[in-house]
Amino acid sequence: MDLTDLTITEAHEGLKNKKFSSKELTLAYLEKIEKTDYKINAYLSVTKDLALRQAEKADKIIKEEKDFSILNGIPCAIKDNILVEGAKCTAGSKILENYIAPYDATLVRKLKEKGAVILGKTNLDEFAMGSSTENSAFKITKNPNDLKRVPGGSSGGSVASVAAKEAIYAIGTDTGGSIRQPASFCGVVGLKPTYGAVSRYGLIAFASSLDQAGPLTKNVEDCKTVFEAITGKDPLDSTSTNFKFQTSNLELSGARIGIPKEYFGKGIESGVKDIIKNAIKKAEELGARIIEISLPSIDYALACYYILAPSEASSNLARYDGITYGLSNKNALNLLEVYLKSRGNGFGPEVKRRVMLGTYSLSSGYYDAYYKKAQEVRELIKQDFAKAFEKVDLIMGPTSPFPAFKIGEKSNDPMQMYLADIYTVSVNIAGLPAISLPAGKIGKSKTLSGAEGLPVGLQIIGNYFEENKILGFAKEMEKMLEYK
Amino acid sequence: MISKEEVKHIAKLARLELKDDEIVKMQKDLSSILDYFKIIQNLKIKMQNDNLKSEIKKNITRNDEVLEKKSSLRNNLIASAPDKKDDYIKVKSIL
Repeated sequence: MDLTDLTITEAHEGLKNKKFSSKELTLAYLEKIEKTDYKINAYLSVTKDLALRQAEKADKIIKEEKDFSILNGIPCAIKDNILVEGAKCTAGSKILENYIAPYDATLVRKLKEKGAVILGKTNLDEFAMGSSTENSAFKITKNPNDLKRVPGGSSGGSVASVAAKEAIYAIGTDTGGSIRQPASFCGVVGLKPTYGAVSRYGLIAFASSLDQAGPLTKNVEDCKTVFEAITGKDPLDSTSTNFKFQTSNLELSGARIGIPKEYFGKGIESGVKDIIKNAIKKAEELGARIIEISLPSIDYALACYYILAPSEASSNLARYDGITYGLSNKNALNLLEVYLKSRGNGFGPEVKRRVMLGTYSLSSGYYDAYYKKAQEVRELIKQDFAKAFEKVDLIMGPTSPFPAFKIGEKSNDPMQMYLADIYTVSVNIAGLPAISLPAGKIGKSKTLSGAEGLPVGLQIIGNYFEENKILGFAKEMEKMLEYK
Repeated sequence: MISKEEVKHIAKLARLELKDDEIVKMQKDLSSILDYFKIIQNLKIKMQNDNLKSEIKKNITRNDEVLEKKSSLRNNLIASAPDKKDDYIKVKSIL
């Protein structure tokens, strides 16, 4: 048995039945990382000592207690914009290259309390700004399905760690698609929870009204397990809500599934379209009612997002001032120069572009034409979804208009890169939950794992705090979509 | 197309030092992105008051009280500062 093939549920069974210890499981993953990660570049840092300490603690719990948490002793990876006390947290930026997290993010504390084993911190686009992980200041993560291609972004490292079997599960963050789009590109399951379902305390802020952390897993069942573990009200995040997960009794048969016609317009690759249409047909065969819907304002979502997210980022990133923490320019002569030079040297091109874009949109004379207008469009998009959910239980469509693209293919044209988020940003704008589920593969390409083709993800969007419906439905769909 | 001067002005507001080649690239990139934003600028949106309902939320505040924290947190936070003397963070003189 290869321990790195196991899902959370399977590994838990193994631990329970004393087939292996958490230490053996953890060592298997550390070994796998050592063997393959020089090719994949999923990790920015491996927290070996922490992992082994946690594994020993987990083994003690297994020995002493009959019933232990399903996550106890299970090795995972954490995106490097989420704080793990005592470990480096770079957010993929030179400005935080030597920053040591002073405390645990709430979601990390919750995982630790359940006995999680943290293997390391994973690569991302700098400050989670990007759709390919090419914007990391440190390394380029490769898609485990095809090493010439990007894993998607910004949670590219977290997703690649799961796809390359270098972690059983991982945590990512999603501001405009950063969990779902890479999950689609690499063929794993990724859930972006409802805004407020998971505490943002200890996440390095990008756009505070859009950011949400969520799980990346091998299957839907694991996704549910991790989501349940990290969700809930946190006094340290005033936008978190007291949300208690309840298993849904929504069945495929009779479920009303909305298909937005706008998601199949120009720009979608035919291979993606075929796979998604096939998934819709499968749902219909199982008795789901397929209802064509329209989200008329969705065409404005991308422009709306690329005004709002950079505006919030320009404000959030003002904290990198070279004084309280992070990189500080030693040659500065006065306070203003400390700011200008520390930020000028510390931020990469995409971060600078977004800070500039946000500052422009918020500046006197442009505020009404950009920021305020985008807020109004945000309201229209919310209303579109609200209207749709009067008629349907869930909305289904592609996660991304295309499969993983080649490294370097879009990195010189920011506008081309932004189009990768076209089907995902509206979900963040509205604050809704959505999953990306592997639905099939396009073509053939030589791969590390011996599998063939480029994965395509099916996006399932639910109403506020109806993750249970999404997960229940996704689990049924998973069986139908013979992906493996 | 936005002007070089505008790029420099925004960079100053954003407290970003940009090199000459960065300014040229920024001018090009921002212009093409701002062009794309035209699709919402031309939108006629009639906002009725109740349309903004979802934006009117109760503000959530915490009680203004001192909370006990581990001393390690305080030490960790101070340790992160790039320039310090004893337990104080050093800042360049302003005046």
